[in-house]
Amino acid sequence: MYSHGSESLIKQAREIQEPELQKFYSRLVKLLQGKELSHETVDSLQRLHLILSATKYTRRLPSELRTRLLSLLSSPVEQLQVLSSAVLREMPPLSAEELNYIQENVGQLNSQTAALLLSKAGTRADLSSVCAQLLRGLDNRPSEAPAHSLMHTLPVLNTILTHSPECLTEDHITLLSKRLVDWLRYASIIQGGGASSGRFFTGPRSRQPVPIAELDGTVSGDFFTVLCVGQGFTEDQWMNVYSFSMLHHWLLTYHSVSNGNSTIETDDRSEVDGSVVSMVSATSSSSRLLPPKERLREKAFQYCQRLIEQSDRKAQKKTDTELQKACLVEAVCILDCVCVEDASLVFRTFPFIKALFGRLSADLSFSRVLLPIAQFYLNHGEMAAVDCESVWKLVFGQFPAELFSDPFLAHELLRFLRLNLEKFQLGVPQYTHFFPNLLKFLAWDSPAVVDDFVDLLPSLVTPATAVELLHTLLDLPCLSATLILQLRSTCLPISEPGGRGLLSLDAFRNPSFRGLFLFMLRGEAGSGDTIDRLSTLHDLLAEAADWPRVVQCAQTIPVLLHIYFNTVVTVADEKLLAHLILVMLERSSILLNIPTYIKEIHRVFSCHLLRMCKLHPSLVVDQSHELLEFAGIPGNVYSKEELYTHVVWVLGEYLSVSCDSRCSVSLITSCFETLEAVLFEITSSGTPPGTVCPAPRVITTLMSALAKLASRSHDLIPRVSLFLSKLRTVTRGGSVAWCSDEEDLVAIVTRGEELWSLLKAPSVAQSVLTPSPHITTPQWHRDTNVAMPLQLRALTSLTHPQ
Amino acid sequence: MVRCFLIHTVCPISALSAGECRVLYSRVFGPDEAVLSEELQELNPEERRLLQKEKVAVVARQVHSAVTLSREASGRQLVEMVPGEEVLALQDANSGVVRLRAGDPFNEEMSVLWLGVHSLGFAMVCEPHENLLLAEGTLRNLSRHCLEHLHMLGPGSEVLLKSSRIDVLLSRLLPHGQLLFLNHRFAQSLEKEVAAYMAK
Repeated sequence: MYSHGSESLIKQAREIQEPELQKFYSRLVKLLQGKELSHETVDSLQRLHLILSATKYTRRLPSELRTRLLSLLSSPVEQLQVLSSAVLREMPPLSAEELNYIQENVGQLNSQTAALLLSKAGTRADLSSVCAQLLRGLDNRPSEAPAHSLMHTLPVLNTILTHSPECLTEDHITLLSKRLVDWLRYASIIQGGGASSGRFFTGPRSRQPVPIAELDGTVSGDFFTVLCVGQGFTEDQWMNVYSFSMLHHWLLTYHSVSNGNSTIETDDRSEVDGSVVSMVSATSSSSRLLPPKERLREKAFQYCQRLIEQSDRKAQKKTDTELQKACLVEAVCILDCVCVEDASLVFRTFPFIKALFGRLSADLSFSRVLLPIAQFYLNHGEMAAVDCESVWKLVFGQFPAELFSDPFLAHELLRFLRLNLEKFQLGVPQYTHFFPNLLKFLAWDSPAVVDDFVDLLPSLVTPATAVELLHTLLDLPCLSATLILQLRSTCLPISEPGGRGLLSLDAFRNPSFRGLFLFMLRGEAGSGDTIDRLSTLHDLLAEAADWPRVVQCAQTIPVLLHIYFNTVVTVADEKLLAHLILVMLERSSILLNIPTYIKEIHRVFSCHLLRMCKLHPSLVVDQSHELLEFAGIPGNVYSKEELYTHVVWVLGEYLSVSCDSRCSVSLITSCFETLEAVLFEITSSGTPPGTVCPAPRVITTLMSALAKLASRSHDLIPRVSLFLSKLRTVTRGGSVAWCSDEEDLVAIVTRGEELWSLLKAPSVAQSVLTPSPHITTPQWHRDTNVAMPLQLRALTSLTHPQ
Repeated sequence: MVRCFLIHTVCPISALSAGECRVLYSRVFGPDEAVLSEELQELNPEERRLLQKEKVAVVARQVHSAVTLSREASGRQLVEMVPGEEVLALQDANSGVVRLRAGDPFNEEMSVLWLGVHSLGFAMVCEPHENLLLAEGTLRNLSRHCLEHLHMLGPGSEVLLKSSRIDVLLSRLLPHGQLLFLNHRFAQSLEKEVAAYMAK
């Protein structure tokens, strides 16, 4: 636990002064000169490590200390090896002499030294030399070396593979492929460690070799794998474990399909005599004729086959059951990898995978094993002409509905979707219909998966799903609350302290509201955009507005809505966009009442209403009825200020003949009258003092909109001018009930005066307030007749003789 | 392979200001990413070291906020734990995964598995193609060993002064960042070695 003591320790380590530090160094050098390993030495080395690692800048050690530390790398005492390696890792890179020293004195590269060399590697060449050194040790190792001396080789090589696969030459790859085959397939099947058969009277005769066992206790009948146990293990059995642990990565790195020449040859071969090759490799004796890479592939295949069989056994220990699951995942991944490389193996592999799917699909505890199986189906299902419907039903239909609260499954499933998005869009386009299910992951644990949805959401926005998706996104906090209630109601119905969640839980269990919640929990789209009694649902879930999970969910919605709208304008036609405007207007008052949520949503709506109308101005005329209905309600000025402002603005801007020829004079007049009525009402002196004032921006927007409309239908100009002059008169009298701030009032009045003077010259007003398109979309920089730089250039070339 | 394993503080601690997170142990496996990437060739070794420390700090902060948000969402109260209740503490622990996008802070996309045990966070940065089921099991195992051998549930600054023990634990159960498929027998054998080392 972190305490003040720990904090002060770090502080001391950071702030140690130079003289004290030097004294410490010299004391340490003296200690290291001594022959015995004392507790003080170890303690001092540990403190040294803390001092060095606590600061962000690198400290310098005296060279004598460095030399001593280097010599400790080959100490027989592991503690000293570990500590010296850790200290030297915090230091600047090793000099050439130091590297030489290591090469000569450390002899066979031990694990700690290898770690040091890796971490201090400055170039790929450094990595190559570590690699070469290790492989040399692999090749010509004396047989009496201790059992653990080789074991770090494969992990170190795996590290090098990760960062710089080119460090291994073709020869290295061939050598390692051969050794891997030996370890994986031909490891000893006798228990190691001098295990006896366990009888009471032990003697030389009873030291019979005991065969390895399976996880359920039965004697093993086939080659050794990671799922075999024994009292002790031989070295090659350890290497079997290490080899399998890195096998997938090895195959991914060196056996990928894009791997140049070697794969072209194998492809040709498999095309010519594909079936012959696979039948040949089915028998192990003739597989010796295969080149090392292909042989490794074949052995990997057999290993995975065996693992799948072994995973069916009932393990005696729980940790082994977990290991079996992990092995299944790995085996399926390796088989997938191998089949991608050699398509002829698909026909041998599919029966296993299919059988495995059949065995596991009913058991949700194997969900994470089923994901790699789904990947296999996706990659090879078409080739094998296998029907994958049941797989998608499980992955998209069942998993999200029942396992939404498993963070690891959520991560892996969404990752699976993300990586294979193109394949899904081409081959399984119906996956978009499962968006209500997929959004359950988001509703449950927004912070963890919102990043994935930023990537996935655009693909879920299609013309068919757009409207329902919008409704679902807006109600995601409700889904969040519903999922919580669903989980709670499956627990025992014990009343919680404080009775929290009681009301909504009762509602959840109430049959008359069942339909509402069931709609929320639906798995597939298509059964309706939303429900009629949405506001009832919001009332029932009112107390959920402060549940942390619901609040976290609500915080991610605005971002996702932006992504939604940005995508939808690219895929939707005008009709759909018109529908969406209606949805926005309608839903602006039907949202779960979470503080700031409603405001944020209105802000998003406003922004995108504007964008949509800018892109398709005729939408305004199209939807004028609904927009006017919205704008005609004075209450909206106060409760939905942001959205109201923007609705008024788009009406003023785009309700004109130049935007849509259907715009008639009567339409302009009726719009004018609606807005005028609202403006009168909110600026009337009849409002009692102390009521909320309308935002100044609403008033100025209304005035501007009225002026714009009047500029298009000149009969209306007198009415506006009258209002504006009245406004000036009223405000000269001092403060007004509908505006509390003096500066705001001045701004409003100024705007009023500007509009009033503009409207005195109707044709000017028209060109200012309703400019024609070629003015609003200037291409002056492109038009050579008008663009200044181009004019200047033309003049220059004319006047300056070349 | 696992790129990085770290232990850091989580949740409000009296010794630190709110939101601040102290990295108690970190181990980055393998060569420095910056060495092998073209854009970062001009950095000198000191800058590279600093960059690596910053990357680890970024991971710690991400996990810290993930743990905080997860605990907030689940609404469970933290119960005081005492040494001896390690297994219980692990059972109660929150766990999850954070996705780190490519470039933020590692060159490629990474998945960070985390475990929040009381006021400690254990995090393992894995490459996405890694077997996350195995990684999860390994993380739990490592955390259990760390908690038990370093008495992390009690007061005291053991973990700062005993980093070599964690190094040895990692060298057996996660050598050079390699996740291992260990059945209970193999695991037992390695854990015996670790216990022998810890006892010294």
